Amino acid sequence: MASVAIRDVRKAFGQVEIIHGVSIDIEDGEFVILVGPSGCGKSTLLRMIAGLESITGGEICIADRVVNQVPPKERDIAMVFQNYALYPHMTVGENMAFSMKLRKAPRADMEARVTRAAEILGLTPYLDRYPRQLSGGQRQRVAMGRAIVRDPQVFLFDEPLSNLDAKLRVQMRTEIKELHQRLKTTTIYVTHDQIEAMTMADKIVVMHDGIIEQMGAPLDLYDRPDNLFVAGFIGSPAMNFIKGRAAVNGHASVMSDTGIELPLGAVSGGLDGRPVVYGIRPENLTIAEGGLPAEVVVVEPTGSETQVFAKLAGQEVVAVLRERVNIGPGDIIPLKPDTSLVHLFDAGTGQRI
Amino acid sequence: MAVDADRIPRVAPAPAGLLEKVMSNRHFLGLLFMLPAAALLLLFLTYPLGLGVWLGFTDTRIGRDGVFIGLENFEYLLDDTVFWLSVFNTILYTVVASILKFGLGLWLALLLNQHMPCKAFFRAIVLLPWVVPTVLSAIAFWWIFDAQFSILSWALREMGLIDANINFLGDKWNARWSVIAANVWRGIPFVAISLLAGLQTIPQSLYEAATLDGTTPWQRFRYITLPLLTPIIAVVMTFSVLFTFTDFQLIYVLTRGGPINATHLMATLSFQRAIPGGFLGEGAAIATAMIPFLLSAILFSYFGLQRRRWQHGGQD
Repeated sequence: MASVAIRDVRKAFGQVEIIHGVSIDIEDGEFVILVGPSGCGKSTLLRMIAGLESITGGEICIADRVVNQVPPKERDIAMVFQNYALYPHMTVGENMAFSMKLRKAPRADMEARVTRAAEILGLTPYLDRYPRQLSGGQRQRVAMGRAIVRDPQVFLFDEPLSNLDAKLRVQMRTEIKELHQRLKTTTIYVTHDQIEAMTMADKIVVMHDGIIEQMGAPLDLYDRPDNLFVAGFIGSPAMNFIKGRAAVNGHASVMSDTGIELPLGAVSGGLDGRPVVYGIRPENLTIAEGGLPAEVVVVEPTGSETQVFAKLAGQEVVAVLRERVNIGPGDIIPLKPDTSLVHLFDAGTGQRI
Repeated sequence: MAVDADRIPRVAPAPAGLLEKVMSNRHFLGLLFMLPAAALLLLFLTYPLGLGVWLGFTDTRIGRDGVFIGLENFEYLLDDTVFWLSVFNTILYTVVASILKFGLGLWLALLLNQHMPCKAFFRAIVLLPWVVPTVLSAIAFWWIFDAQFSILSWALREMGLIDANINFLGDKWNARWSVIAANVWRGIPFVAISLLAGLQTIPQSLYEAATLDGTTPWQRFRYITLPLLTPIIAVVMTFSVLFTFTDFQLIYVLTRGGPINATHLMATLSFQRAIPGGFLGEGAAIATAMIPFLLSAILFSYFGLQRRRWQHGGQD
């Protein structure tokens, strides 16, 4: 187990720089998730930590040792690949023992570790099978088993759940989190799925176009997104955005481009007339007296909640209602934002106000 | 669409003609559609093979129909030292050339699988020996191995390594190694390109995982590349062995089996006896004698190398 420090790391392929100076401090035992859309550089960053990609600029330290020039096998890390990368010609047991076999570890020690890892992951009945004979979820577990047997300083996960079906993904999410709570090994996990990030991480790093947009605990990111990108990326369904201008005449509000007045809570001064984006999360909109008139477009009941897509101030917004409602397309409903939970962003820079 | 569906007769109408009835029978149709392919196979594969084997059991000569004489041709061959020499030559030729082709071909495939500039160009170049007609490259080798004008002898002489020209094709063992060298040169591209195709099916992530597991480059070759390439190696080497064992053109252009039958392969001896010699039956018997060798090579590769348990999914 070890801390990992990433200091102003850059990566360029030829002339094209794709990671523009990223710094992250990861504490010993922390579960950090790098999340962002495709092409944001998160996987490349992970591969640089693993040593599979060279580092163009900056430093990566594992356990206070700069590893820029250290070959992957000496970094003492284990990685779980998106396609699992199991050796097809070795059985589950051989796959897990391979790294120890290479190090010429004592046989008893090797067997003990493989047995333990197989027990943790429920793979004991499958040790003699080949990867082909396993289901996707079992292969995923073998890939993790291979990492556990190594007992490395750092676990790296590269989108490990993206090849699984939805149900299995939820199950494996819990298993990985449990595993981390049990082993307490520093873990860096890459995903494009913000739900995975929210549910599993101690710390989320949101990346976009090769920079870090925001870094912090999951709920901090959810409650106080620094900018429009994070606000839109974290949370499902995504936050509603309505463009307008701040107006502070008597009570603070935002005048939308279509002339609807959107209420605000307490707001600091000096905003008057500034172009802003009004953000409100779907669960912070309720149907209530005095709400803003919105025309229902689609109603999607999920059982536990109802998602209502409606046109508000000329823009489609979505509201998540906990109670069941009897409304249909075309109805006009009063949607009331919870003014204490409104997020305001500068329309030009996208930064939180 | 409904109209179209109506037109398809699901059940043949009751008063259908015989033709219509037969034409809607799936077994008959299957037979009918198979006929062209079957006819081609029978005509151009089975018939010549059958005829060849049959001739081996007759005393047919050119210009004279033979009669069935049982195993007499084979009994005669058992005491024929030239035939046994050709068997030895064929096995030597096949074993040495195949091993060299495999080793060099695999090496070349590994090189071509690396990242390098002008990759496509080099891969195309490698195929050239395979693309050139055998007779053409054989003539080129004939020239390279010429007793007087050999460029090899000339180069070695200029370098001061030898005093007199090497008698490449005039000496027994020189001739054997020379034809093997020519065969290896010709056969490498097939092995190299096929193995390259095999190498490219191995996912890069396996090598990355192995790197993180702490392998050296040699261990990656030993534990990842080689085992995963085995099925392809089996297929490629089976073909390579078959091609080499039945080689004819190269020998016939370079040495015609000489000197003193030192490079006669079973295929060239068979032709020699049957056509220039006129003993069709005996030539056919020699060719027939090749079949057991070829079958055993195929069976060995099929049962020994090709089938791997880890390739079978699903069942235990």
